[in-house]
Amino acid sequence: MIRDRKKEALVAFILILPFLSIYSLIFVYPTIDMFLLSFTDAPLIGKGEWVGLENYTRLPNDRRFDTAFWNTAYFVLLSVIPGTFVALAIALGISRLQGRLQAIVLALFFLPYILPVSVVYRLWDWTLNFQFGIAMHLFDLMGIDRVPIFKVTGWFMPAVAMVTVWWTSGFSILLFLAGLRSIPNEIYEAASLDNTNRWTLFRRITWPLLWPVTALVLTIQLILQLKIFDQVYLFSVGGRPNDNLVMVYYIYQRAFVSNDGGRAAAIAIVLFIIVIIVSVLNFQLMRFAEKRS
Amino acid sequence: MTSGRLQKLNLFGGIITVVTLLCAIIWAFPIYWGIVSSLKPEDEVVRPYIELWPETLTFDHYWFALTETQIGRWYINSIVTALGVTVLTVSTSMFAGYAISQLRFPFRRTLYWLILASFMVPTQVLIINHFVLVANMGLLNSWAGIILPQLIHPVVIIVYKQFFDQVPKDFREAAAMDNASEFGTLFKVYMPMNWGVTTALAIVSFIWSWNAFLWPFLAVTKNEMMTITVGITQVSDAFGVYYARQLAAAVLAGFPVAFAYLLFQRRVTTAITLSAGIKG
Repeated sequence: MIRDRKKEALVAFILILPFLSIYSLIFVYPTIDMFLLSFTDAPLIGKGEWVGLENYTRLPNDRRFDTAFWNTAYFVLLSVIPGTFVALAIALGISRLQGRLQAIVLALFFLPYILPVSVVYRLWDWTLNFQFGIAMHLFDLMGIDRVPIFKVTGWFMPAVAMVTVWWTSGFSILLFLAGLRSIPNEIYEAASLDNTNRWTLFRRITWPLLWPVTALVLTIQLILQLKIFDQVYLFSVGGRPNDNLVMVYYIYQRAFVSNDGGRAAAIAIVLFIIVIIVSVLNFQLMRFAEKRS
Repeated sequence: MTSGRLQKLNLFGGIITVVTLLCAIIWAFPIYWGIVSSLKPEDEVVRPYIELWPETLTFDHYWFALTETQIGRWYINSIVTALGVTVLTVSTSMFAGYAISQLRFPFRRTLYWLILASFMVPTQVLIINHFVLVANMGLLNSWAGIILPQLIHPVVIIVYKQFFDQVPKDFREAAAMDNASEFGTLFKVYMPMNWGVTTALAIVSFIWSWNAFLWPFLAVTKNEMMTITVGITQVSDAFGVYYARQLAAAVLAGFPVAFAYLLFQRRVTTAITLSAGIKG
């Protein structure tokens, strides 16, 4: 077949143009702009003086940055690993079911994922309400003293992490189910002939064959939770926002509350670099794992 | 295998099934509890004991939310912006995905790698500069301002590219024989063959955009321009500390997406699995 190269390139260019212009406007340009902004003392809107690395050098002594950094790390730890294993357990349970029942049970577990964060916030704020929350009745029954969960610093992050696991597990469950479906039945049949018990079956077959999916879920969750803001912000209203700061929250606070565009951009760059390093490490790790298997 | 062992296995399997079902019910319980509470009169909601069903069923809180607050206006804002994001994301991604998959042009690989690389960049860190950009364009508190920064979904292009790659070359050659133009081939061959993907991606884009919080929260300061996801948490004086009212508003905000999911379950789950790079 004869292809008219010039015409083909022109058509391609026309097709790509809408995407490329949007991409440049809201992605390439803001990214460059953010780097430049981080070296100035500009307010959110308006010009500022060039201050070199000052916005960065003051971060190590910034107590709020410290809080935001460690809270983010703590939150990642509390949500990513438990979330992945909860989702795996649920997926194993669902994969045993069949037909209609399976569809219904999957829908029950998946429904929270589809809800907006503000609805999730309302539901859990109500469920864990200090005075009238149904969970507090359970606390009473078990003889635990009631706690205003989202107002107490020690309870805040674990509670928000739990709500986040509840909210986002649906996604991981789907990935695990797809992974479980791709394990051929013959392998299990062959193994069951040897009288292997369930635990051995899981440890020797399911877990290793599912490992690529587990790694993917961990990666996606990790990168997602580094960027947490919505839940922390919403649950902090009326509580202690400064104790609950996470990275994006601090960016928001610096930029939109304190009107410090330059300093906010420096924090954004730090988070930007963390996310990129984690992504690249993950990518290399996955490639390494693929080569080994 | 002895029959004793088989029975033990079945018993064990039965227990796991029952546990799974129980967990599913407990898992979804907060949703049920929120809905039930929103159907109780305010004095029943704050009773110091648990009632799993309202004594007096009332729709007053829904009536209040729909008539006394700006929720109707927020619905319109959410629908318009979510549709805008969906149409623009899906169409621009389909065009770009087609070009990358089917056409030869300079810097094709560079472009593809750029799109892949942009997966890594967290859009949350761009909020400051998105705000500056949208403010300078005079688009704060407008539908266009809410839509614009939400249009970065590189994954949609990748999914389209993968699906277009799989269309057999014969179709292309047949279209070329008929003297169809490139646009004709896309619209008459490639698009109809992939309607399933398009609808799935469209539904998911709509849900993503409806649920977006951070950007719409920053881009809008006027009550009447808020999307419903932001509005129900920001305008507290509209609801006061009336728990049932707040919950009714939350149910109204979650209903469209929950309904869309229940209606198109398979498409939604397929599209979400695809978005993680797994063929479902």
